[in-house]
Amino acid sequence: MRATAIDDTGAVGEKAPTADGIRKGPRKGDGALVVRRLSKEYQRGVPVLKDISLDFPRRGVVAVIGPSGTGKSTLIRCINRLVEPTSGKIMLDGRDLTKLRGSALRAARREIGMIFQEYNLVERLSVIENLLCGRLGYLPVWRVWLRRFPETDIAEAFSLLDRVGLGDFATRRADALSGGQRQRVGIARAVMQNPKLLLADEPTSSLDPKTSVEIMELMRDLAAERDIPVIINIHDVALARRFATRIIGMSEGSVVYDGPPDELEETHLHQIYGAGDREGGWIG
Amino acid sequence: MTIADTRPAPGALRRRAFQPNWRQRAIWLGLAAYVVYAGSLLDITWARFVTGLSNGSRFLGRMFPPEFTRWEILLEGLVESLQIAIIASVIGILLSLPIGLLAARNLMPAIVTVPARALIAFSRSFHPIIVAIIFVKAIGFGALAGILALILASIGFIGKLFAEAIEEISLKQVEAVRATGASFFNVVIMGVLPQVLSRFIGFSTYQLDSNLRNSTMVGIVGGGGIGGTLFSAFQRFDYDFVAAILIAIIAMIMIGEVIAGWLRKSFQ
Repeated sequence: MRATAIDDTGAVGEKAPTADGIRKGPRKGDGALVVRRLSKEYQRGVPVLKDISLDFPRRGVVAVIGPSGTGKSTLIRCINRLVEPTSGKIMLDGRDLTKLRGSALRAARREIGMIFQEYNLVERLSVIENLLCGRLGYLPVWRVWLRRFPETDIAEAFSLLDRVGLGDFATRRADALSGGQRQRVGIARAVMQNPKLLLADEPTSSLDPKTSVEIMELMRDLAAERDIPVIINIHDVALARRFATRIIGMSEGSVVYDGPPDELEETHLHQIYGAGDREGGWIG
Repeated sequence: MTIADTRPAPGALRRRAFQPNWRQRAIWLGLAAYVVYAGSLLDITWARFVTGLSNGSRFLGRMFPPEFTRWEILLEGLVESLQIAIIASVIGILLSLPIGLLAARNLMPAIVTVPARALIAFSRSFHPIIVAIIFVKAIGFGALAGILALILASIGFIGKLFAEAIEEISLKQVEAVRATGASFFNVVIMGVLPQVLSRFIGFSTYQLDSNLRNSTMVGIVGGGGIGGTLFSAFQRFDYDFVAAILIAIIAMIMIGEVIAGWLRKSFQ
């Protein structure tokens, strides 16, 4: 832990205090994220992301739209390095995430919460244990093994559970919940990390339309309360328009639109999804 | 053929729902031929079986009534077998947890899984009795040899099945835990183990059951427990005492099975 902080000091002196893992209430949203010339090839010569450069705002909801297979998921996974970028830089708070290894990488990851399409809860753990998973990056092995989570973490987990409306479900097993409830737990788990940035990978794709709206509202409101910027991959253009403060349109690994939702026009959508006659049916 | 005639393209092959599998038929045929051949080599004849039957009935007759007056020796052997089984199970289960984890190819690099798998394969390659003989020769008569033999058997069985169980887990759940910045061991504790724990407990209770059975047998080769008592009773043609021992073993195994089942339920 200590070594990490020293590394950080060496790299970006002023930010060192935020990297030592001590929590003092919700951190202010200082998650300026900058992506420069990012490329990713799973197979040599077949780029999924082609030289992407983007600046993400310090607050608000950014929606990344585009057809499936266009690299949205890869983009988001490059940010927390669940996918290894082939080239390019990803700077969070002035620190290049693509250069991090080992414990420095894990320390960076715990400041980035992630919400998944299929919730990816640990099915056999209870709801409260799933929330506490959000604290794993801050805890030594013995505490986790003995389930000796700090009282402050447990209190935080219960209050977040109340906030997402699942206060009575704390000791239920995650696999006993419905899809919408699971995604609420997924969101709460990500927020438990006290992140500087939230990533959401198609968070509503497995949900019905009504629940999708509720989940989007919850993400937007929680992020606003805690001043955390959010990047959401989403193929549902209507939802993106309704909830995002900015929309990034991707097509075949490149950014083809970047601007506010109300300037997104039909011609842009044709460019993003291809000139088809898919009347309103933007299937991801 | 009428079916073929009604089809639009004349001369097209009649479609068959069940293709004959000549290779499988050949395998079955070959197996049957080998059984007959091997039987003739080993002089397994009907006459031999009939003489065997009359021998068997005499033997069974001498076993009854079972002789329980020496119950103290009997109980002593049983208790030692039970101790061997429980000690070997506990240590074997504790050791096979990390070994199984190291052998899981979806979590570990080949440099770790290959030796772990080799260790498991080695533990599985001999029957516990052979291992017990080796340990008796190496460290002398007594319960310790039996315990070591059964520990090795436990590692082989649980380690292999546990590694396979880990290889079947959902990596999505693991990815989510990894995304929180958790260290490797925290990922294992919260992301991997919950997914396989109930199966691990299943394997462990089966192994306890099986160790209980084998603990009655390692004594035959000097590894301690009721097996030694049984063997000497056989050698002294003490067949009524043999019957008493066998009945006691059956009772212990049945009770053990009930307890193992109960353990399985309470931990899941």
